[in-house]
Amino acid sequence: MIVKIEVKLKPGHFDPEGDVTAKSLRDLGFKVEEVKVSKVYTLNLLSGNAEEAVNQAKDMCKKLLANPTKDNFTVEVLGLEKADNKKS
Amino acid sequence: MKLCDAKACVLRVGGTNCDAEIKWVLEDLGLSTDILHMNQAIKKDLADYQMLVFPGGFSYGDYVRAGAIWSREILTKLKKDLEIFIDEGKLVLGICNGFQVLVEIGILPGDGENVSGIPTAVLANNISAKYECRWVNLKVESDRIPFFGLLKKGQALQIPIGHGEGRFILQSEDALTELIKNNQVVLRYISPDCAAAEGKYPNNPNGAVYDIAGICNRKGNVMGMMPHPERAYFGWQLPSWGKELPKFGDGKAIFESAVNYIKKY
Repeated sequence: MIVKIEVKLKPGHFDPEGDVTAKSLRDLGFKVEEVKVSKVYTLNLLSGNAEEAVNQAKDMCKKLLANPTKDNFTVEVLGLEKADNKKS
Repeated sequence: MKLCDAKACVLRVGGTNCDAEIKWVLEDLGLSTDILHMNQAIKKDLADYQMLVFPGGFSYGDYVRAGAIWSREILTKLKKDLEIFIDEGKLVLGICNGFQVLVEIGILPGDGENVSGIPTAVLANNISAKYECRWVNLKVESDRIPFFGLLKKGQALQIPIGHGEGRFILQSEDALTELIKNNQVVLRYISPDCAAAEGKYPNNPNGAVYDIAGICNRKGNVMGMMPHPERAYFGWQLPSWGKELPKFGDGKAIFESAVNYIKKY
């Protein structure tokens, strides 16, 4: 089961990486109001059950991927097959 | 305990640094020190040591978050040994990345004894969005912990920092109140003329809440600090070149206090 985990800063937390990225994009002429940086983990889990996969992913966030002081996370099931492996 | 019977251990993994400097200063003070890679440490008995140091650096490339991967490795491989070590009142010092590891593993601030694996604070990205590598001014907030036996409350220190993620933050205002009430804030950033930094850059180099540079557990035998005292030990490490250099820097008192505590242990 392919699962996507996104870990992002909680609202109101400083995002220095987002701020300097926004500044650089503005320097390049883009009209950018704000940039928020997050991390995406794409996992191939040894589980054929979507509910079980989501629960596992949430547990991973609590135990490693997110720090509850500053991070929120979302979990999304992408399907059974890796997008990279799909034949066009 | 006789110092000749005591030993310190500096742990290391890929990406840690200053392990050799820490060994150098501890042995200069007469405390025999082993540098152990985690793979060696799990085969050794931590009970043989009186002090454990988590050095600075970028353990495992600081992937996921600074200190996150190493902290979980400790959780899965050394949890029991470390809990016993702390419970016995032995000394644990985390410097820079080592501080981040102790926070990520839940020892600091936590209750300072149980290795919960769930962090209750974080050392987040510096507000300046820069890697801050320079000397900072600090104030000693507590002289009752083993690491500060030779220091006085209110004393000013100059010790260098080198970090991109040093902004200590807690989950709530109440958590900060609790930390202050329990005398767990041990080092704060100040200005060169010893005034409170009040969160302002550059005296507070990272935006840490309450200008916190170092904290300890409730018992005081576990301490984490962002500045590197091993980089301010010898006089020749100090930035005052051109003037007459003192023999030692402000970092010495921290290690010497720890060694004195071990002698009395």
